[in-house]
Amino acid sequence: MDLSDTPEEEEFRARLREWLAKVLPTLPPKPSPDDWPARRAYDLGWQRTLYDAGYGEVHWDASPATRLIFLEETERAGAPYVGAGFVGLLHAGPTVAAEGTPEQRARWLPPILRGEEVWCQGFSEPDAGSDLASLRTRAWRDGDAYVVSGSKIWTSHAEVADWCELLVRTDPTAAKHRGITWLAMPMSAPGVTVRPLRTLAGSAEFAEVFLDEVRVPVANRVGAENDGWRVTMVTLSFERGTAFVGEVVSCRRVLGELARTARENGRWDDPVLRRRLGRLNAEFRALWRLTQWNVSEAERTGGVPGVGGSVFKLRYSHARQELYDAAADVLGPRSLDLDGPWTLDRLSSLSYTIAAGTSQIQRNIVAERILGLPKGP
Amino acid sequence: MRFQPTDEQRALRDAVRQLLARRFDGAALRAAVARPGVDRALWRELGAAGFFALRMPEAEGGVGLGLPEAVLAFEETGRALLPGPLVATHLAAGTVPGAATGEAVVAAVDGELVEWLEAADVVRGDTDGAVAIRSVDPLTPLHAVRSPAAADPVAVLLTAAEQLGTAGRVCELAVQHARTREQFGRPVGAFQAVKHLCADMLVRTEVARAAVYAAAVTAGPADIAAARLLADEAAVRGARDCLQVHGGMGFTWESEVHLHLKRAWVRAQRAGADTESEEVLAADLLS
Repeated sequence: MDLSDTPEEEEFRARLREWLAKVLPTLPPKPSPDDWPARRAYDLGWQRTLYDAGYGEVHWDASPATRLIFLEETERAGAPYVGAGFVGLLHAGPTVAAEGTPEQRARWLPPILRGEEVWCQGFSEPDAGSDLASLRTRAWRDGDAYVVSGSKIWTSHAEVADWCELLVRTDPTAAKHRGITWLAMPMSAPGVTVRPLRTLAGSAEFAEVFLDEVRVPVANRVGAENDGWRVTMVTLSFERGTAFVGEVVSCRRVLGELARTARENGRWDDPVLRRRLGRLNAEFRALWRLTQWNVSEAERTGGVPGVGGSVFKLRYSHARQELYDAAADVLGPRSLDLDGPWTLDRLSSLSYTIAAGTSQIQRNIVAERILGLPKGP
Repeated sequence: MRFQPTDEQRALRDAVRQLLARRFDGAALRAAVARPGVDRALWRELGAAGFFALRMPEAEGGVGLGLPEAVLAFEETGRALLPGPLVATHLAAGTVPGAATGEAVVAAVDGELVEWLEAADVVRGDTDGAVAIRSVDPLTPLHAVRSPAAADPVAVLLTAAEQLGTAGRVCELAVQHARTREQFGRPVGAFQAVKHLCADMLVRTEVARAAVYAAAVTAGPADIAAARLLADEAAVRGARDCLQVHGGMGFTWESEVHLHLKRAWVRAQRAGADTESEEVLAADLLS
């Protein structure tokens, strides 16, 4: 058991730190959260900066430990997050890299890495959430194209996306997991309508996407027809594996800020609140160690992240909510001010136990796939 | 970063598990409950295997290993519910004659209590006026002392390792029961209400494991305090949930579930209460 960097890791970390210190002061100011085109330009600009410096492929070709260092150091330095690049870099890109043809990889991967194209995810539907495999968006063959009709929901970045990784039902007679196909759909295609959804935090972070006889070339299919469920599982394991590394680092920073705020406003003298913050310190230290544990397991086995990510996601999503609930108790009445430091974070934390598989679904996964308990009725 | 145990560390953990499976199985556990005491022959066998001298330098006759190996070994004794003042004797190795080899059984005042006072050959700390209490754990005799002793951080960490062992074991027991016990025509583990209890037990165990192993690597005070809080939580809540999953059988003396819960309660009282560790971690936020 060793938590120190290898000489190569140490060198990578030092070089990255030096580069971040040089490049971050030159970045333009962060755009307003409501200005989607500006957000797209900012996020893609950061990816281009990474690409030019040789870090463009760090999410894909670096070892898990190197990637952990990258995410840790960029977050510590206050560098931008992947943002609009999220689906391209962490979902669709890895899926195309793993399952696509050489032509598909050549078409879609370089623009993702160079920060030129944005992807969104068309998985969930109004009637297919936790039971994703019951999705009903239909696609049928017409010559060299699929014709797609249906609707998708909770699609982040849909307003500014160039491509959508889309799950469609190509065989309505097969068992539900067997009749699904993975398509890359151009968002500019006729018949695609995007309607932004306002979240409880007030912002439009995601959208509904309506598809009315949209033609998608058969050449845009990744994997075999009706093999989309397996292709999708590759994508989901990426999201549940290491997607939260930067967030754990930032939660630990917020916790320190909370303690200092409590000391300044006198609430630190309340032993119940103080010990609660102490316990949250234990919680986030442990979550950081669990991240290191999972990454070092991936190093050892050399595989894609497995179901261990569900263990992490379950605990982390609740810890994040507890952190911002504690923040509200540190702030008192000011926690009701939408312009206060952590009010929007508290609101957005409510999505964590729902998005990317609810806590209830994660518990089913842990119980059935890790503990081997029988499937439910 | 290579946080996972090395092959040598895995081999050491397996060796301790095998020794305990051979020398302290379920029948031995029940016999110990009927007639509590320190098994001197097993104590010497542990000594011969290097359990107590694990962290002593080789030049002094020890095994020359570190805290990570000690944590893996104590996780196994925790799993097996092995009785006796294991942490106190381990910490006395190299200081109290006979402790390293398992010839001497050493107890120590910890917080407001001392475990195994009468069975020990040597007791460290001030036991003047110690009063026997009727221990809730049939496998841990307890005395209350007048002057509480401050906790050794290594003792806190090794106790957390024992709690981790309990957390893992009660999760296994709950899963075994949930897979085999049938009601309404199916294993009770098929019902989400039961399944989710088991999932939460595993999550708490794996979070505690990461914290305990990391504290063994860094030996930092905040890491040890975090390990202690999470391991106590994983052991105590895990044993409670295990009892719940077992239904009526879990409430019986015959089932071993109550022994895990009671031992977890005893260990959680070591080194002051959880509040002290919370204060250490609160102060760390401002440092």
